[in-house]
Amino acid sequence: MRARWLPYALILPVTAFLVLFFLYPFVLVAKQAFTTDGMWTVENFRNVFTHWKFPISLRNTLLLAALVVPIQLALSLLMATMVNRMQKGRDLVLYVWTIPLGISDLAAGIIWLAIFEQSGFLNSMMSGLGMIDGPVNFLSYENMTMVFVAIMLAEIWRATAIMLVILVAGIGLIPKEYYEAAEVFGASRWKQFVRITLPLLRPSLQTALVLRVILAFEVFAVVAALGGTLFPVLMGETYAYQFELSNSGAAAAIALVILVISVVATLVILRALRVPKGATI
Amino acid sequence: MSLRFNLAGAVSGIAILCSAAAAQADVLLWSTQSRPAEEAQAMRENVLSGAPEPVDFQPNEVGPWLTRLQAEIQAGDGTIGALGALHGDFAALADDSLMPLDDMGLSAASDTFNDLSRLGSDGVKYVPWMQASYIMAANRKALDYLPEGADIDALTYDQLIEWTAAVEEGEGRKLFGFPAGPKGLKHRFFQGYLYPSFTDGVVRTFASPEAVTAWETFRELWDHTNPGSTNFSFLQEQLLAEDVWIAFDHTSRLAEAFNERPDDFVAFPAPAGPSGRGFMPVLAGLAVPVTAPDPEASKAMIEYMFQPETQIATLRATNFFPVVDVDLPDDLPPAVKAAGDAIAKMSSAEDANPGLLPAGLGDQGGEFNRVFVDTFERIILAGQPIERVLEDQKQRLSKIMEDTGAPCWAPDAPSEGACPVE
Repeated sequence: MRARWLPYALILPVTAFLVLFFLYPFVLVAKQAFTTDGMWTVENFRNVFTHWKFPISLRNTLLLAALVVPIQLALSLLMATMVNRMQKGRDLVLYVWTIPLGISDLAAGIIWLAIFEQSGFLNSMMSGLGMIDGPVNFLSYENMTMVFVAIMLAEIWRATAIMLVILVAGIGLIPKEYYEAAEVFGASRWKQFVRITLPLLRPSLQTALVLRVILAFEVFAVVAALGGTLFPVLMGETYAYQFELSNSGAAAAIALVILVISVVATLVILRALRVPKGATI
Repeated sequence: MSLRFNLAGAVSGIAILCSAAAAQADVLLWSTQSRPAEEAQAMRENVLSGAPEPVDFQPNEVGPWLTRLQAEIQAGDGTIGALGALHGDFAALADDSLMPLDDMGLSAASDTFNDLSRLGSDGVKYVPWMQASYIMAANRKALDYLPEGADIDALTYDQLIEWTAAVEEGEGRKLFGFPAGPKGLKHRFFQGYLYPSFTDGVVRTFASPEAVTAWETFRELWDHTNPGSTNFSFLQEQLLAEDVWIAFDHTSRLAEAFNERPDDFVAFPAPAGPSGRGFMPVLAGLAVPVTAPDPEASKAMIEYMFQPETQIATLRATNFFPVVDVDLPDDLPPAVKAAGDAIAKMSSAEDANPGLLPAGLGDQGGEFNRVFVDTFERIILAGQPIERVLEDQKQRLSKIMEDTGAPCWAPDAPSEGACPVE
C-alpha cells in the first residue's frame, strides 16, 4: 500500500508547485488573451496581427532561430566530441566554454554592443590597424545585415554552451565498447561519429534542441541591446505591449502565439529524433 | 545541533520581522522618476533626508511601477505611501486609484499645470512636483558652421537643416543626434515640437497636407542625422563622446554633458516652423494611492516636497525645475543654468507655440505615443510613402481618440467631445 502511494506523494509538492505557479497563470494568460473588458473576443489577436510590425517580428524570430540553431548544433557537437577526447585539462576547457552560460543574456548583448558600437572595440581596433579612417556605425538601420549578423554572433556565443553541456553528458553515457568494436572493424573516426555517436546521442540531442529552440523563440535581451527597435522580434513586441502600452490583452495574445510556435517546434523535434520503441542505449 | 538550527532560524526570523517593521514606518515613495543611480542617491541624501518622516525612495521603470501599484490597488491593501511620476503615468491609472488631494491646498505657479493635475476630474489627483522640457544642445565646434544670418536662439527648421548639412560637409560625418533609441523620447519631439511647429495641431492635423510637409522636412533633417540615432536614448552620452555635435533631447538627458564640460556645449531653443516654435513642457507630480498605509504621513511628505527649499534641492538632484515661484540661487550646476536659459528663451519667444502634454487618454497614452513612433519608423526608417503612412496611422489615432473620448488640447482647436482627426 505504502509503496504504491509513495511515488505520488513524492511528486505531489512539485506538481502542486507547477499547477500553482505555471498552469494557473497560464490559464489566466490564455483567458486574458481572449477577453476584452470581460467579453470573449479575438479582438486582441486582431489588434496584434494587423499591426504592421507583427509580420516583420514573426519573420525575424523564425529566421534567427532557423539560422542560429543549426550553427549551434554543429558547433556544440564539435566541441562536445573534442572535449570528450581530451585527456588533460578537460574540466578547465569545459568551464571556460560554459562561462557565457553564467552571464545574463542582457549582459551578453551589452558585451557585444561594446564591440560593435560606433566607439566600440571593433572600431578602435580597425582604426588602430589603419583599416578605416573614421568610426563606422555597424549597427544602423542602413545596415540591417550587419545588425542581424551581430545578433547571430551574440546568440551563438551566449547559448551554444547550454547545448554543449547536455551533449557532453550524453556522449559520456555512450559505452566505450561500441567504439572499441568499431576500431576492430577498422571504422574511421567520421564513420564512428556518424554511426555510433550520433544515433546514440539522440535522446540528448532531443533535449538540447528542444531547450535551445524554445529559447530561440524567446530571444529578447540580446536583440534589444544590439538591435534596439530596429530588429523587432515577437518577445520584444510582447514586452512593448505589456510595459510600454499597458495592453496586457495584446501581450497575452502574442505570448500565446510564441507558445504555439514553441509547441509545434517541440513536437516536430520530438517526432524527428524519437528513439524507436524497445531500442535502448 | 537541531536546537541550534532552530535558534538560528528564530533569530533570523525575528530579524526579518524587525526589518519589515522598520520598513513599514518609512513612507515608500514609489517613483518613475530619478531612476539613474546617481540621481536616486541625490534624491535620498540631499532631498528626502530632511523630510518629516523617513522616506524610502524607490525608483523603477514605468512597467514594473504600474504593475505593483495596480496589484496593491486590486488587493485593496498596500505598502506604497506616495507616488512620484509623470503626468502621463498618472493619466494611465484607473479613476479611483488616487486619493483626492484638494484639502492640501497646494497649487503650482502655472494654471495649466494645476488643470492637468486634475486629470480631467473635479478634484486634484496629484500635486505638481517638478517640471522640465526638451531643448537643443550643441558642441561649440559646431557653431563655426552656423549658416550666415542665423541666430542660434531663433533658428528655423530650414536653418537647422542647413546647419547640420554644413557640419556634415565640413566634418565628413553626420553629426546631428536624435533620441530615436528604444528608450528615447522621440514621440515627444513629434507631438510637442514638429507637429505644433508645422501644423499648429497634433491630433486634428495628424494627416493634413502641412503634416506631409513636416515629415518631408524631418526626412531632410534625418539625412544629416547620425544613423546610429536609432540606438541613442540619452544624447548626453553621444555629445560627450562627440558622436554627435548637435542634439535634441530632454533637459535631464542632456545635463551630464553640461555638468562635465560646461565650456564645450551650448543650449538653445528648439527650432521654429511655419506655425511657430513648438515646444512641450514635462510635468511630474506626487500622488497618494488609495491603499497608502498612512495617508497623513504621505501628505506630510508631499507638503515637504512642495516647499521652495526642497524644490531647489530637487532641481540640484534631478535637473527638473521647480513648479512654484522660487528665487534660484546663483551657484546652480551648469546644466541647470544652460537649460533654464534655453527654456526661458523658448517660452518667451515671439513665435512660441507651446504644445501641451496629451490629456484624457487614460491608459491609451502608450498607444497614442506608438502612433507617432510607428509613423516615424515607417516613413523615415522603412522609407514608406508619407501620405500612405499618415492615412494608415490616422485610423489608429482616430480609434484611440474615439475610444477614450479625449477632447483636443493645445495647440489643437478645442473640440466638443472626442478630438477628431481631420
